[in-house]
Amino acid sequence: MQIVRTLLTRLATTIITLLGAAIIVFVVIRVVPGNPIAMMLPPGATEADIARLEALYGLDKSIFEQFLIWIGNVLQGDFGTSITTRQPVFDLVIGRLPATLELSVMALLIAIVVGGSAALTATLYRGTKVEGGIDVAGGVALSLPDFLWGLALILVLGVLWPLFHISGRVSPSLGFEFNTDFYLIEALVRFRFDVVLDLLGHMFLPALALAIPLAAIILQLLKQSLKECMHDDYITLARTKGYSETSIIARDALPNAILPTLTLVGVQFTFLIGGTVIIERLFSYEGLGNMAIDAVINRDLPLIQGIVLVFALLFTLVNLLVDMTYAALNPRLRHA
Amino acid sequence: MSYLTIKDLTVRLKNGVPLLRKVSLEVKSGEVRALVGESGAGKSMIGKAVLGILPRAAKLTGGEILLDGEDLLTLPPKARRAKIGAKVALIPQDPLTALNPSRRVGPQITDRLVDILGWKRKQAEDRAAELLDEVHIQSPERVMRSYPHELSGGMRQRILIASAFAAEPKLIIADEPTTALDVTVQKQILKLIREMQERHDTALLFVTHDLGVVSKISQSLTVLYAGMVIEETDVRTFFAEPGHAYSRALLAATPKYTDPDGSLMPVPDSIISQVEQQVAAFDAQLKR
Ligand SMILES: Nc1ncnc2c1ncn2[C@@H]1O[C@H](COP(=O)(O)OP(=O)(O)OP(=O)(O)O)[C@@H](O)[C@H]1O
Ligand SMILES: [Mg+2]
Repeated sequence: MQIVRTLLTRLATTIITLLGAAIIVFVVIRVVPGNPIAMMLPPGATEADIARLEALYGLDKSIFEQFLIWIGNVLQGDFGTSITTRQPVFDLVIGRLPATLELSVMALLIAIVVGGSAALTATLYRGTKVEGGIDVAGGVALSLPDFLWGLALILVLGVLWPLFHISGRVSPSLGFEFNTDFYLIEALVRFRFDVVLDLLGHMFLPALALAIPLAAIILQLLKQSLKECMHDDYITLARTKGYSETSIIARDALPNAILPTLTLVGVQFTFLIGGTVIIERLFSYEGLGNMAIDAVINRDLPLIQGIVLVFALLFTLVNLLVDMTYAALNPRLRHA
Repeated sequence: MSYLTIKDLTVRLKNGVPLLRKVSLEVKSGEVRALVGESGAGKSMIGKAVLGILPRAAKLTGGEILLDGEDLLTLPPKARRAKIGAKVALIPQDPLTALNPSRRVGPQITDRLVDILGWKRKQAEDRAAELLDEVHIQSPERVMRSYPHELSGGMRQRILIASAFAAEPKLIIADEPTTALDVTVQKQILKLIREMQERHDTALLFVTHDLGVVSKISQSLTVLYAGMVIEETDVRTFFAEPGHAYSRALLAATPKYTDPDGSLMPVPDSIISQVEQQVAAFDAQLKR
């Protein structure tokens, strides 16, 4: 019963969020100066040409009318046609989404592994120089935003020591034909580890740039919760049973310390997905974010709207996932 | 035979302030010794020193802790931990915080048996069910599957008692195991601890600030003040003719069985200053 109600509320808020995002973007991109039609036509085009094309894309109607038409179409699964490429927006977005998903999930994994193990190590060595060193590293990681880390990584690991690719998603020289847009997953499933390696080589630096600030946030919050847990009575009791400090931290403290971090990681992950827009541009990575920038530059209104809707949907899905994990991990909630 | 022997145990804060001043005490096999004293006297600190769980701020600076004749302090950390885990157990003060809230109760009883002592899981679970039965918990299987927050404080303390006896330890340290409970539950738990101690013939170091409890559970007692042993004797002698002025005052400050509502005398200032002098003299002697 409780679950049904939660789900219904969830669904309602999701719809309101999506609608809100759609309205805001719809209005903003039409209020901001810049005419998509003028940009499409050669310099010599006449007023009449422009008017004809505007009518074709429905841009001669009022914003309110345009919105109703667009929403009506979206509800029927028609996201419109990109003005610049003349391809269906839905196909374009669905084609690019997997690239962005793979990149963000990779970044999230790096952040969790690095931030999590740093927090565990700092807790194990609390009060020593090791903890101090980890704190300093965390502070440095937080001192730059992700795109500046991206630049720094390009300079150091792409140019100075060219260990990784700094542009694109896969080397065309491999000549590998993908059947899906989930390149990494497909290469793994088809056991083409040379392709996997190439994909990882392309993905590593942008993913790392996105991961560094998040790793530091995870480190700080998780370490703090862990340290608080280490004073709890059940920890002391586990010590008297003969457990080592390492197993106490991993088995007794971590499950109790992880919940606040989990909530924060959910919120931060949506920021990270937002960060892919600039990072993908920086690394010429063919994902949704990169396409979004092109769409904005070209005032490709239908495409921008489609991309924003997908991003908004992603954010709400992430939040839903976090809430569900939270309930699954917290026995007190489960039985409430 | 003495099972636990503490000799001249000194514990100091990092800044040198002594918390335990050359404490010596013994607990014989199968014997119950009460450790009494006012709040802050260092009762818990003694238990923590034995169990190897002194707070980071405190440091053991001298003395011996012999368990079955073997000095724990000379053992390497890993061996010491293993030995304590196998031979000693703690019944903690607050059952509401001493169980891990995110783990089911069953594994918290069996974990020491499986992880530290190498029992088979099935065997350990049977043993846990048996122990829960001993501590008068109905439907042990269901309780073992519960999370701590689903159980009452009294239930949780029963579980912690069962868990403490699981590995048949030779020594149990109970640190004010009833203070956090309702008065009605306190009596049951006290009775249960005694019952379990007698059945398993375990040595018990029972920490309390309540002299009223002492006569019900223990044969001998040690009185502590400011980390210093004031008096060490058997219970009968203590209640008949306490040897130290401070003990007498403490006794006068405790409600009597026969007259639980009778007037109580707090420990008079003159006696406090007398023991404080004793402590100061002791510290001066230590410095020299
Ligand atoms: N973590 C700590 N850091 C610094 N001092 C401490 C710490 N824990 C205890 N102490 C000090 O050590 C002394 C002895 O404390 P202990 O807990 O052993 O007292 P107690 O006799 O158990 O008292 P109570 O009846 O209140 O439990 C007290 O003066 C206390 O302030
Ligand atoms: Mg205490």
